[in-house]
Amino acid sequence: MPKKVTVYSTPTCPYCTRAKQFLTDNRIAFDNVDVSVDTGRAEEMIQKSGQMGVPVLDIDGEIIVGFDRERIQRALGLT
Amino acid sequence: MLDLIIIGAGPAGITAAIYAARKKMNFVIISRDVGGQTAWSGGVENYTGYQFIPGIELVAKFEEHMKTFAVPLHEGESVQELMRQRDMFVVRTDKTEYQARTVIVASGKQSRELGVPGEKEFRNKGLTYCATCDGPLFANKDVAVIGGGNSALDAALQLMRIARRVYLINIAAELTGDSAIAEKLKNASNVAIYNNARITSVNGAQMVAGITVQKAALVDFLPVQGVFVEIGLIPSAEFIRDVRKNEYGEIMVNCKSETDVPGLFAAGDVTDVPAKQIIVAAGEGAKAALSAFHYVAIHSF
Ligand SMILES: Cc1cc2nc3c(=O)[nH]c(=O)nc-3n(C[C@H](O)[C@H](O)[C@H](O)COP(=O)(O)OP(=O)(O)OC[C@H]3O[C@@H](n4cnc5c(N)ncnc54)[C@H](O)[C@@H]3O)c2cc1C
Repeated sequence: MPKKVTVYSTPTCPYCTRAKQFLTDNRIAFDNVDVSVDTGRAEEMIQKSGQMGVPVLDIDGEIIVGFDRERIQRALGLT
Repeated sequence: MLDLIIIGAGPAGITAAIYAARKKMNFVIISRDVGGQTAWSGGVENYTGYQFIPGIELVAKFEEHMKTFAVPLHEGESVQELMRQRDMFVVRTDKTEYQARTVIVASGKQSRELGVPGEKEFRNKGLTYCATCDGPLFANKDVAVIGGGNSALDAALQLMRIARRVYLINIAAELTGDSAIAEKLKNASNVAIYNNARITSVNGAQMVAGITVQKAALVDFLPVQGVFVEIGLIPSAEFIRDVRKNEYGEIMVNCKSETDVPGLFAAGDVTDVPAKQIIVAAGEGAKAALSAFHYVAIHSF
C-alpha cells in the first residue's frame, strides 16, 4: 500500500517547490493543497501542525514541517 | 584531507563547485539550502541569457548544471564554526567535522532578526520572515509588518490585499522605501502606518496574538495574528571570527577573492564586494574557486 501524502503549500514558496520536486523525483504520488486559495484547508494545516509556515507534509498522519529531506525520506521508507 | 570546502550553495557556492569539479579538486559543498536568496528572488530580469526567469527556476538550472558533475553536496547541514589550525581548516557543522586545505565562504546573507522577546517562540506561529511564502495564510486576519524599506513596503502592499488590517511599524520618521508604494499604503483604508515606532515584544499563547509597540513614551498593544519581519539582511558570517570584516560584518576580500587569512577565500553577498547581485555572486564564486585551486597547486602539502 503506498502511503497517503498531502503537501500543504503556496505557489510562491521555494521550499514548497523543492519538497514537491523531491516527491516527484522519487515517484511519490501526492495531493497538493494550495493553502493560498483554500482557507478551510489552510486552517486544517494549522490545526495539524500547530504552526503557520509552509510547506507542511502529511505522510500517513506523520506531520513534517518544512522541507526536511531526511524526515521525509524516513517517513516514506526511502533510505 | 580535502583540498577545499565550500560553505553555501547560492549562486556563488554553486558556481565555485562547478569550477572546482572541473579542476578535479577533492572537495565538498555544505549548505543549509540550495539556491540561497535567489530561490526567494521572484522574477529575475538581469541574469545574462535570460530576459526573465523566476528565481526558483534559475536555481533549478544552477543545480542541474552542478549535478552534471559528481559534486558532493551536503544539503540541510549548517556550519557552526570555522577555525584555522596550522596549515589547514576545520569546519564544524551541526552534523560532523571536516578538514581541508582551503575554504570558500559563500554563505551570503540572511534576514536580520528583531531581537525582541517572543521572536524565537513564535517563529512560524504567526511570525515569519517570508511574506511571499506565508502571506496567503493570513487572509482576513490582522497583521503587522515590521520595517520601512522596500521589502517592508512590498510585504505590506501584498498583505493589504489579503489581510483584514495591516499595521506598518517603522522605526524611522518616514518610510524609506519606494515612494509610489508608500503613497499607495498611505491611501489604503486598511493600512495603519506607525512611524517612529519600535516593536518591543511578540505576545500570545500557542500562536501570535499581538505585539507591543513603543512610540516615544507610549506603549501600545496591537492585537495581530501575524508578524512579518522585513528589517533587512545581514551577512551570514557569524561562524567565523578570525577574519577581517568591514563595519557591516562583511568579509573583506581582494580582487582575487582572498581574505586576510591564507587559504581562506570568500565570494558573493557575504563579502564587501559592492554589487549584491546574482551574476556578480556567480562570477565571484568562479574566481574564488580558481584562486583556491591555485593555492593548493603552489603549496606542496
Ligand atoms: C527578494 C530578493 C530579490 C532579489 N532579486 C534579485 C534580482 O532580480 N537580480 C539579482 O541579480 N539579484 C537579486 N537578488 C540578490 C541575489 O539573490 C543575491 O545577490 C545572491 O543570491 C547572492 O548569492 P550568494 O551565493 O552570495 O548568497 P546567497 O544567495 O545568500 O546564498 C547563501 C547560501 O549559503 C547558505 N548558508 C548560509 N549560512 C550557512 C551556514 N552557516 N552553513 C551552511 N550554509 C549556510 C544558505 O543556506 C544559502 O544556500 C535578490 C535578493 C532578494 C532577497
